[in-house]
Order: sequence, then structure tokens, then C-alpha cells
Amino acid sequence: MILRKYLKVYKKFLHTSLASELEYKTNILVDLITSILSLVGSIFLLSIFFQNNGNIGGWKFEQALIIQAIYTILNGITNTWFNPNLTEIVKHIREGTLDFVLLKPIDSQFFISLKKINPSGFLEIMLGFFLLLFCIRINQINLSLSFLSLSLITISCSICILYSLWFFISTTTIWFVKTWNAIEVLRSFLYIGRFPLNSFSFSLRVFFSIFIPIAFITTIPSEVFLGLSQLWKILLEVFVASVFLITSRKFWLFALKFYSSASS
Amino acid sequence: MEQNIIDVRNLSKSFDISSKEPGLKGTIKHFFRRQTKSLKVIKDISFEIKEGEIVGFLGANGAGKTTILKMLCGLIYPSKGSISVSGYLPFRRKENFLKNITLIMGQKQQLIWDLPPIESFYLNASIYDIDKFEAKRRIKKLSEMLEVDEELFIPVRKLSLGQRMKSELLAALIHEPNILFLDEPTLGLDINAQRNLRKFLIKYNKETNATICLTSHYMKDITSLCKRVICVHEGAISYDGKLDLLLKKLSPVKEILIVCSSEEDAIKLENSGFTVKNKNKNEITIKIANNSITSSLKTILNNFDIEDLYINEPPIDEVIGKVLIKKDYEI
Repeated sequence: MILRKYLKVYKKFLHTSLASELEYKTNILVDLITSILSLVGSIFLLSIFFQNNGNIGGWKFEQALIIQAIYTILNGITNTWFNPNLTEIVKHIREGTLDFVLLKPIDSQFFISLKKINPSGFLEIMLGFFLLLFCIRINQINLSLSFLSLSLITISCSICILYSLWFFISTTTIWFVKTWNAIEVLRSFLYIGRFPLNSFSFSLRVFFSIFIPIAFITTIPSEVFLGLSQLWKILLEVFVASVFLITSRKFWLFALKFYSSASS
Repeated sequence: MEQNIIDVRNLSKSFDISSKEPGLKGTIKHFFRRQTKSLKVIKDISFEIKEGEIVGFLGANGAGKTTILKMLCGLIYPSKGSISVSGYLPFRRKENFLKNITLIMGQKQQLIWDLPPIESFYLNASIYDIDKFEAKRRIKKLSEMLEVDEELFIPVRKLSLGQRMKSELLAALIHEPNILFLDEPTLGLDINAQRNLRKFLIKYNKETNATICLTSHYMKDITSLCKRVICVHEGAISYDGKLDLLLKKLSPVKEILIVCSSEEDAIKLENSGFTVKNKNKNEITIKIANNSITSSLKTILNNFDIEDLYINEPPIDEVIGKVLIKKDYEI
């Protein structure tokens, strides 16, 4: 019953945000072109890195392309859902319109995380998906059931980690009011996710695994695709994703107690 | 007998407020060492509101009216005291409680900016679990009451403020709440739009017996809608009772302009023991206590040659203005 209600509401979210975005045709067109150019630029940059050196950190160009594909899918998801919604939290809190969200008989985290979508992000997801299919072909990867389920699990975990990190930072707005910079820093770190973790020095590898788990976001799913991943790494990613998701939820509920609403 | 739907006991709320000295030095100091102090914005207030009542919250800017409304609808946690709204603790924001209330703020909007209001109504309907046919029926009924039609299909960004406010009301009432919290609903609206909105609220209250808690700086809103007012002064209640009683208390006399048939009559009236405010040739303005208006006028008409007379009520804004700056009005 509850699930049906949430699905119905989400269908309405999709409908209204698509209708809102389609009001501005040129903007969508510009976004689509930007997505294509961004992917071409990223592959070009990657090819420059590999031009003189056959492999970086033990990864060949064709293998590193998998990371780029997963990054593109995740970036597409970021641009489709996280960016339009989670940056809006800051606005909701600053302007006090979070009041309307909190007074609706629906989970506030669901509402503010999924109300909007940016359709141009879909193209990025599709481009990433096609690139991934291409990588599967050139790396001669066998599409077995276990491979498909493992890759689905790890990519889902990556999405959860990414969402939780972003949501956690946005939630701090309740105390700090403006947190644009922190979100920008997070986005900059995500760019690092386009490169294999092994291509960084030991200290940076530790930093990107423990403090900002970029490693979990792209490298582990890519290792699954290449059959290089070990079970403990996959389990660790599932564990980290669960911890992040639960913590971000608890943190949101805790933060709401301090919400003072904007003055009228 | 109607029962209490809102019960507030010894409610207090404090906020941590940071202050900053002016100038660059103050800014740098504020950046490195922010000085905050706890400010008690609501001080130990208690009141109850009966089902179907329309209550106006009066007070100067920053008196705490909006904070009270926000605590009543569960947006802000109280620091002390207890609140019961429809039998619920508001800040727990239980689903059934939220389905019973609505908050409308004149200066904030929930409608989707780029889409016609009708899209926001159906979105709200799905959030409140109202099926499509029922939503359609309610939209039709409310749009008739609010006298809106074509504007429901025009993007919100292209609507006038008055049309937007009507649509906001419709969006906020689609779930047929029985408690309405209205924070300055007529803010920025022109006279006709204000009147229409008030007309709608009276009609809605009559038809649904909904309880309405209202804050407004437009006295016309208060006088046309509220029989009872709660005056808030610096976070404390300075008066809670009937509006007409407050007005009588605040303005115990009426001014009467009397046009005498001759200047001699005016001089005779001036010396007859009435309190004279001013006199100009054959026109004289006297002050008479509200409780002796009839007998005094009878005396004047019987003993003096009068051409015309006007009874002047003091402007309501002026009268209520006194409440906003004083601490206690015991009736």
C-alpha cells in the first residue's frame, strides 16, 4: 500500500519535472551537447595519459575505459537526480520552503531527493552504458549471470555512497546555511574517480579509500567487470554503502530537530 | 459544546542568534569568533482554541506570531511546554496529523513555478493519497469557491500575485484540512483580491467548520474574520479575548462632530459640560463615552438647534497599534 503510494507520487514527480524542463527546449539541447562533449573530452584526456605508457597503475587503456564508462553512468545519475534535487535542499533551507516539504504526509527525504529530474542526464547515462557495452566487447568479457548480478550490486552500492555523501553535505545546511563550496569540493573529488585508483600514490590511495571513498565508487565496479575483484572488496563495498546510507538517513532525522525555518 | 482542538500550555521557545558588529573589523571578528546568544522568542504562553474558531494573532514584527504558528503545525520544536493539536503532538508530524492541517504563507509558495497550478494540485493529491476522480471533484469545488478557472491552466510564473495566492490556497486545501494556519495570507494583494480571499475564508469556515489561526498586519483581515484575537508582545501574550471587547477597552470614547445652526448654539454647547475636542465657528467636536452615547445624543438633540451630526469611529489601525506596543491588556 505504502509502496504503491510512493510509486504513484514518484510517477507524478517524473511527470511534473519533465514537463517543467521541457518548457525550456534550448536549455535541454545545450545540456545534451555538453554531455556529449564532456564524454569526448574525458576519453581524449584518458588517451593522452596512455599515449606514451601502455599501462598506468597496471591498467591498460581499454580497461581504464571501463572506469570512464562507469564514471559517465554515475555522473549521468548525479546530473539526473542528485544535482537538481540535493542542491535544492540548500535553497529550501535558506528560503524556508522546506516547511512545505515537512508538512506533507510523505517521507521528507524521499521528497527532497527525488522531486526533480534533469532529463539531459539520461543521455549521459545512455552514453556511459553504450561505452560500457563497447568495453565489454573489446575486453572480451563473458556476460554470465554472476557477473551481471555482481556488477549490478557494486554499481548500486556506488550510487548509494555517492548519494549519501552528497545528501550528508546538503543536510549540514541546517546548521551552516550555505554549503555550496563543500558540494563543489565533492564534485571535484568525483572527477578523480575517472582514473584507476592504482594510478595514485599510496597516501592518496588511502585518502580516496577511507576519507572520501572514491575508490569504492568506480574502481571496485570496474574490477568486477574485468574479473579482477576479490570477494572481500565487494563485501566491503556493500558494507560501506549500507553504513553511508543508514548514517545519512539518521543524520537527516537528527538535523531536522535543529531546523528553525526561515523567518518571515 | 465545541471542544478544544488546540491546547497550548506554558510554551517557550529559544533560538541561538549570532550578532555582528558593523565594518570590516566586525566582519573578521564575526568570521573567526561568532558570538551567539540565546534569545527567548516565546515566553511561557498558554491558550486553547475551539473547533471551528477563527483566531487572529496580532503583534508587531518579530513579536513571535509566526514562531507560534510554526510550533503549532510542527515545524519547530518547542524548548519548553506542551502543545496538542487535534490530539497530536505536532512536532512528531504523524501522517494523520499532517492530513488534518495546512500552512499557507503569504510570502512563500509551494506551486511549481514553470507549470500551471493544476499540475501542482494533482501532485499534492497523489501525496495526500487522493484518487484522480476525487481530486478532480475537490479542485472543481474549490475553484468555484475561489472563483478561479482559466488561470489554473496558465504557468504560475505568468499569473498575477492575486491569482497565485488563490492557487496557493487551492493547493493547500485539496486535502480538506480541518485546521488552517495562515501566515499573512493577504500580503501584497490588492484591495479586491484581499476582499475575495477573506470572503472565501469565511465561506470555507462556515461550510467545513474548519479552525483557522491567522496572522496579518492588515487590520481588515482581522476585523472581518476573527471574533477572537491573541495579542503577542515580545513573545508573551498581552491579550487573549474577544476583538470587540478589546476595541471597546482601547477606544472607550467616540468623537462626534456636531454642526449647530448658529455659532451661539455652538458656544452654548461648548459650555454645557461635554468634553470638547475642538470648535470652529458653528462646528464643534465632542468626545462621549461609548456607554452614554444614546443618552448624551438625546440631550443634545432636545436642547440644542442642530443641523447635522457625524459619529466618528477612531481608525482601527490606530487603536490596534496601541496593543502592539503595550505589554498587558487585562479585560
